[in-house]
Amino acid sequence: MKAYILKRFISMIPVLLIVATIVFFLIHLIPGDPAAVILGPEATPEEVEKLREELGLNLPLYSQFFYWLIGIFQGDLGDSIYMNKPVLQAFVEHIGPTLSLALLAQAISIIIAIPIGVLAAKKQGTFVDHLFMLIAMFGMSLPSFLFGLLLMLVFGVHLQWLPAAGYQPLGAGIWEHLKYMILPAFALGMIQAAVIARMTRSSMLDILSMNYIKAAKAKGLKERVVIYKHAFRNAFIPILTILGETFGSLITGAVVTETVFNLPGIGQLVVNSIVRRDYAVIQGTILIMATTYLVLNLIIDLLYGVVDPRVRLNRK
Amino acid sequence: MVGEHLLEVKNLKTTFLTEMGSVVAVDGMSLHVDYGETLGLVGESGCGKSVTAESIMRLLDERTTKYEGEILFKGQDLLSLPEKKMVDIRGNEIAMIFQDAMTSLNPVYTIGNQIVETILTHQKVSKKEAYEKAIEMLRLTGIPSPEKRILEYPHEISGGMRQRVMIAMALSCKPSLLIADEPTTALDVTIQAQILDVINELKKELNMGVIMITHDLGVVAEVCTRVAVMYLGQVIEEAPVDNIFTNSLHPYTKGLLKSIPKIEGDRNKKLYTIEGIVPSLHNIPKGCRFAPRCSFADEQCRTQSPVLKETDGGHKVRCWHYEKIGQMEEKIDVTATS
Ligand SMILES: Nc1ncnc2c1ncn2[C@@H]1O[C@H](COP(=O)(O)OP(=O)(O)O)[C@@H](O)[C@H]1O
Ligand SMILES: [Mg+2]
Repeated sequence: MKAYILKRFISMIPVLLIVATIVFFLIHLIPGDPAAVILGPEATPEEVEKLREELGLNLPLYSQFFYWLIGIFQGDLGDSIYMNKPVLQAFVEHIGPTLSLALLAQAISIIIAIPIGVLAAKKQGTFVDHLFMLIAMFGMSLPSFLFGLLLMLVFGVHLQWLPAAGYQPLGAGIWEHLKYMILPAFALGMIQAAVIARMTRSSMLDILSMNYIKAAKAKGLKERVVIYKHAFRNAFIPILTILGETFGSLITGAVVTETVFNLPGIGQLVVNSIVRRDYAVIQGTILIMATTYLVLNLIIDLLYGVVDPRVRLNRK
Repeated sequence: MVGEHLLEVKNLKTTFLTEMGSVVAVDGMSLHVDYGETLGLVGESGCGKSVTAESIMRLLDERTTKYEGEILFKGQDLLSLPEKKMVDIRGNEIAMIFQDAMTSLNPVYTIGNQIVETILTHQKVSKKEAYEKAIEMLRLTGIPSPEKRILEYPHEISGGMRQRVMIAMALSCKPSLLIADEPTTALDVTIQAQILDVINELKKELNMGVIMITHDLGVVAEVCTRVAVMYLGQVIEEAPVDNIFTNSLHPYTKGLLKSIPKIEGDRNKKLYTIEGIVPSLHNIPKGCRFAPRCSFADEQCRTQSPVLKETDGGHKVRCWHYEKIGQMEEKIDVTATS
């Protein structure tokens, strides 16, 4: 087991290296000069050139890349040239809203989607099933920013139940924090929920036609036990895969949702840094996100072993 | 009560409501089973054996299945029981084992968990007692070191072992009726014999009635006391097991008997097969259902349905011409031997 995890971690290195390379060169392809952005439109070309030298921006691209990579291997993601602080610090300062948003959205989507998916499968072909799946289909085709704006308009502006936008950290009190998070988390979570509900339903239907379900019923188990104990645990295996995959779209979704609701999260950090041509921040943030994504997928893979004993055996 | 059978199915009709219209998979099925006897239910694949079994247990999806007739179990009509009561009968009074032991166990729970669950569902015992009982049942079915097996998952044991586990599970609550739906079809020959032995032993021990579903007449000869032969959702012949082998009356049964592979004799001789194919349920022949494949069929067979008629000594047959056919064959036999 330990060897397996170690192997997985080592196999992440080439992936991250590729991500790092692509991100670095893509960002440097964007026209614009950070020195000019920092100094503003009034600066003379001489001043700009001097700053470029200080920041090491006059070096050839490949040596800049090389220095950056060496830094990463030493655990140093570099400094923000605009904010004048380490990238890691900037990241930590902005991760709160994003983490909260992603976790709440995932929780909302799971809590809503899985029971609906199970119910739809149980009632396959009935009105309830058709209704839920119609809503889910609609939800999947709705862009999250549009849904976010809609929620904001109805609950924030019109009914004024919740603040339309803005942010309070957890330190300001749970309720104070949640007040700002509920709408964005719903905007993001509901779209995910649509995907997960559909997956749950089809996975449950597959499992419910299995022989061991009939055998479980033949043992005299109540329908509730057959569905939740025997069917759901098996149906959950493919649902886990979807949870892993939706987390990817959760990250991109979070960036968009943060922008709509004006949350000072990672999304805002990245967008602002792109405007400022703050290369180190963009590169570092994306690299951290990629790592998080890979680690999360590893965790999901390990969870397979918890749910499915057949997987456990293969990894010994 | 005098004359009461353990199980008596009267005129069972099972209809599936499918997208292509409704199909009657079992039509006018009647059979009975007594304590301590094994009734063989035979017929080619697709003739409705499993549907009959699952109708008795009411395992079919009741949103798309209609049952008619009566299924009297210990005098009580199962078809009129609410699902809530039915749950107490399944696995407790009537148990079932399935053809494919590979896929009949849930892959994500241990063997012990799955047997214990059955015991705890039907009996007021502690978890510890249930585990002990489960180990005891596994031992009875001939599983070596059951206290270790009980912690294993289905994929960790062989197919034969899994079928033993299924038997242990089915019998854990000491049912009075066991329905075994082709329990040995998926297993190789030596394991087959062992499994049949286990079922036979436990039948005697518990004085259960057994319905042994199979398409293998070899299995019938080995374990059954009485046989019902099915064709296209109906019983076409029913008799004590010896009568079926020595004095079968229906042309279909005779065909089935002729198509058993013989161990001795000419291996190169082509096996006999009944001509034609089983018609689809959407297209059931008028008159006798077997007529299109029967070389004795005449106008009467093609237009009028024969009833299941008792001849003598519990022998029943659904054929217009069984007497005539019997006489004709006797003549052929006489000329052949003289
Ligand atoms: N749920 C169902 N819906 C429609 N037809 C079915 C269903 N289950 C079984 N059948 C049909 O009923 C017939 C009998 O099937 P079955 O009892 O499984 O045969 P067997 O004798 O091989 O066990 C077959 O023609 C099968 O296609
Ligand atoms: Mg069958």
